[in-house]
Amino acid sequence: MQREDYQAMKPISKSAMLGIATAALMSSTAIAQQRTLNYYADFDPAPLAAFEAAIADFEAANPDIDVVLQNFDHEGYKTAIRNFLTADAPDLANWYAGNRMAPFVNSGQFMDISDVWAENGLDKSLGSALASMTIDGKQWGIPYTYYQWGIYYNKDAYKKAGVEVPATWDEFISNCAKFKAAGIDCVTTGTKALWPGAGIFDYLNMRTNGYEFHMDLTAGKVAWTDDRVKATFAEWAKLVEPGYVTANHAALEWQDAASLLVQGKAANYVMGNFAVAVFKDGGMTNDTLGFMPFPTINPDVPRAEEAPTDTVHIPAGAKNVADAKKFLAYLATADVQTKLNEALGQLPINSGSSVGDDPFLQAGFKLLSTTPGGIAQFFDRDAPAEMAKIGMEGFQEFMVKPDKVDSILARLEKARQRIYK
Amino acid sequence: MTDSAIAASAEATSVNRSYWRRNQRKLAPWLFLAPGIAMFLLYVIYPIVESMWLSFYDWDGLGAKAWIGLENYRELFDDDAFYTSLKNNILWLVLYMLAVPAGLFIALFLNQTVRGIRIYKSLFFFPFVISQVVVGLIFSWFYAPNFGLFYHLIEWLTGTGVAVLADDRYVTYGIIAAGLWPQIAYCMILYLTGLNNVSPDQIEAARLDGAKGWRMLWFVIVPQLRPATFIAVVVTVIGALRSFDLVSIMTDGGPYGSSRVLSFYMYEQALSEYGYRMGYGAAIAVVLFAIMMVFISGFIWKMVRDEQGG
Repeated sequence: MQREDYQAMKPISKSAMLGIATAALMSSTAIAQQRTLNYYADFDPAPLAAFEAAIADFEAANPDIDVVLQNFDHEGYKTAIRNFLTADAPDLANWYAGNRMAPFVNSGQFMDISDVWAENGLDKSLGSALASMTIDGKQWGIPYTYYQWGIYYNKDAYKKAGVEVPATWDEFISNCAKFKAAGIDCVTTGTKALWPGAGIFDYLNMRTNGYEFHMDLTAGKVAWTDDRVKATFAEWAKLVEPGYVTANHAALEWQDAASLLVQGKAANYVMGNFAVAVFKDGGMTNDTLGFMPFPTINPDVPRAEEAPTDTVHIPAGAKNVADAKKFLAYLATADVQTKLNEALGQLPINSGSSVGDDPFLQAGFKLLSTTPGGIAQFFDRDAPAEMAKIGMEGFQEFMVKPDKVDSILARLEKARQRIYK
Repeated sequence: MTDSAIAASAEATSVNRSYWRRNQRKLAPWLFLAPGIAMFLLYVIYPIVESMWLSFYDWDGLGAKAWIGLENYRELFDDDAFYTSLKNNILWLVLYMLAVPAGLFIALFLNQTVRGIRIYKSLFFFPFVISQVVVGLIFSWFYAPNFGLFYHLIEWLTGTGVAVLADDRYVTYGIIAAGLWPQIAYCMILYLTGLNNVSPDQIEAARLDGAKGWRMLWFVIVPQLRPATFIAVVVTVIGALRSFDLVSIMTDGGPYGSSRVLSFYMYEQALSEYGYRMGYGAAIAVVLFAIMMVFISGFIWKMVRDEQGG
């Protein structure tokens, strides 16, 4: 990982030097000077193309600004950002909403951009993400995309087992028995990278105890040994104990589990919308792939959803703050978010944006825009990093050894008392 | 210029020269060592001291450091994950030692003059040439549930397959087995070169005295391989203690942290996505360093003793 960073960093210094050289050349020849805006990001190829198009539009509208996008490998970026924020900060940097940005906000590495929000009325247009962008009453970045989580299912597997798409958890569990009889895994997942298990926990907890409780738990205000947490795990045990989850999930990557769903060996998968591309690559179509919201467990709890949000921030060490703010205001507009998310295959945050006609996007848009309970970011973004890691290991262990629930929860509680202080 | 002036300057240079000349033998080694010592101080000693110093702080790598004294160590000795890692490290040390006898026997087996023996030797050496990352990937596929060769083999033998890397009972053994594969090849090559230097006279003499088989091996061959054995043990101990890459590639410490070793736990706490507890990571590094020091001092002590004896 270190080596990757080094390779990723190298072209920056080169291009930076080139930038300095051209800047010097331009000022000496006294041509109209272009201001550079350095932007560090971690896009996959498709999002990268979408952003390059958006940047080209921005440059056309602002001919005096030259946006230099430096793209990093996705995983390497998570390490690199800690180095470049302190050493050689760009003017713009990608990151995530919620507690995930808290370490950078608290250590003064991100700039307060509440003025951009206020001047452009973003608290209304980006209202659904306001809470997750706010720390200490200030806003620290601009969200440009999110995507829904839920249950993706194989319609053929449902036909084969002869069951209907469930609306409640009890129906879901009784379906599972029929799937098992038909030799199909009711729920598949691959927890080798830990996080897929956290999606199941988040939904079970939000459906059992509600959004507020889930937020309190991830914020460390509730004990993990609380009876309400145990109730969540009791619901989870209904799935794990009879063996309705894919065996050996701890050795599987999430893509391995996706191929089980594609092959019809598994019926349901609690996943984010980004998985649709993988299912379709595997040969599924809109006719065989289905999406449903996570079923109701406790009818008294308002429905809450999970929608991780991606964001752009201005580092505290940025040199060209004025233009960076101009870019963020541009990024927040309805048109730009519509275009970006069409290419990303995700959902725009701006309430004035429109959504593509992909059925899964439409379903996600309907789901999120009508959510009465609240929108969570995801366990590893809502909880601090350390708690997230220990928690997700606990979830993985529970899905292998459900009888050890008490010792797992005791361990998480011990960690909670140490981490949140 | 007067004669006296010339004489004086000549005398001055001769004084200068004579100081250099007098101490030349004393100074020269230090001058030659200076670049090495400077590098050693900068890149080895300074980081060690710095890590120890860091282990007394609470620091996320970004904000201010907070002095917390021995708090990191207190937490460490109350941390189940630390004991899991320590236990796994000991397992690695013990089981990795199998590479030494295994390497010896393969070397003995290959130490013959048959047509094309060089090809066989290089084939046996092959696992050591490929990267540890590739070894890790190959073994992950080997163990993989549903399509792995090993999984199918166990399924065929017992009826139910075992996903080695998903089961906390077997996972560490599974990774050690992957690590042994290249390590045995390494020990084998060390012994093969050692066997070239075994004196034929002594074997002849032993044969005349009626030694053969195991007795010949144990009392005549193995003692002559002592230098090779020493190096094989050293590289195996070091290999076991720095067993990071395989753990990272094959399981990422999982399932639920049961295949962690100290070096991996240190990385996780200090540098991974969910870590950034520099002080705590440094404390783990210090403990790992202390364990390594036991072996390193043992080796150094032995080498010094051998040098003085010889």
